Amino acid sequence: MKPGKTNFDTELDGLGGSIRPLNRHFVRMKLIYTLLAAVFLGMISMSFHKEPVSTSPALHEPTDPPPGADKAASQKAFLAVYKVLMSPRCMNCHPSGDAPLQGDDSHPHAQNVQRGPDGHGVYALKCTNCHQPQNTPGENMPPGNPKWALPPANMKMVFQGRTPRQLAAQILDPKLNGGKTKQQLIEHASDTLVRWGWDPGDGRTKPPLSHAEFAKQFKRWIDKGAYLPDK
Amino acid sequence: MVKLTVNQKEYQVDASPDMPLLWVLRDILGLTGTKFGCGMALCGACTVHLNGEAVRSCVTLLNRTAGQQITTIEGLSADNSHPLQKAWIQADVPQCGYCQSGQIMSAAVLLRENPHPTDKDIDDAMTGNICRCGTYPRIRKAIHLAAQIQEGTAQ
Repeated sequence: MKPGKTNFDTELDGLGGSIRPLNRHFVRMKLIYTLLAAVFLGMISMSFHKEPVSTSPALHEPTDPPPGADKAASQKAFLAVYKVLMSPRCMNCHPSGDAPLQGDDSHPHAQNVQRGPDGHGVYALKCTNCHQPQNTPGENMPPGNPKWALPPANMKMVFQGRTPRQLAAQILDPKLNGGKTKQQLIEHASDTLVRWGWDPGDGRTKPPLSHAEFAKQFKRWIDKGAYLPDK
Repeated sequence: MVKLTVNQKEYQVDASPDMPLLWVLRDILGLTGTKFGCGMALCGACTVHLNGEAVRSCVTLLNRTAGQQITTIEGLSADNSHPLQKAWIQADVPQCGYCQSGQIMSAAVLLRENPHPTDKDIDDAMTGNICRCGTYPRIRKAIHLAAQIQEGTAQ
């Protein structure tokens, strides 16, 4: 190919001069506009295939990785954390809808219990109407904790249905995590209500990791750079 | 001894702090309007108010109520004049009646927080109170009537 010539010019040359100069211009412009249209349509198409969450977190990598950052180690740690967060003991109170979930099969809460604006239920079906500050002994009895509640309606902190990447991004986003910094997130991993998951009362399965291991992996995820998993 | 106030009257109760409030009300204080249904906070028959909020007294322990205000069906009004009680009588709601004190105590919280409830509001508030006789249509009708009585547009 001669210097300054594009593949397109070469292709036109290959047509043996059957296209006159003006036509060559139109063909070139047509190709450019076709490419632009394809890019534009692609962008529109992508905008309809966004994450199906109105409060989508920004899926970006950390811009200020700390000293000792290790993307692979950070991602691996979050995947361990993710298994805990998606266990029924955590996910049941982080539903995608406005009803809490129950049981190891995460079915909607009986009695049509609802989140309510503040996450504490509605009217005569507020969480603490049945859930005490402690677990009530016996299988199928109401579990309890002094902080028993769902996230509020204006910050639902949904776990259900989130991919590891989506959930990691959501947890890191102060607009979606209750304004928490990374340090506060580490502290939250040992919050009273979070710890309830490992003391869930009779007949309930515990998360797949011990709390100590969960807290360790959570901290490791942050300390190694708080990277998002690839998917 | 645990001190609590029930229907605006102070009591000192000599009972284990982990005794369910329902037993305290029925067996110690003699307030038998509140019923035992399931004992698992599933049916709502034992609903009373703890500081104005509906609680299931079968799973609410005595130590949670120490120093707090309890209201039972006997204390909802002095003379059955609460709008809900009037409406319940007018609409002839009860069949066997066993769940009705719990129904009324739950409805009282609804009406306080939402003086003009829609059918959906009523369903949302009352689905935790089960009635084996199926008086739900009359319960809904009576709550609408009570809302009017409370507002002064019905008697």
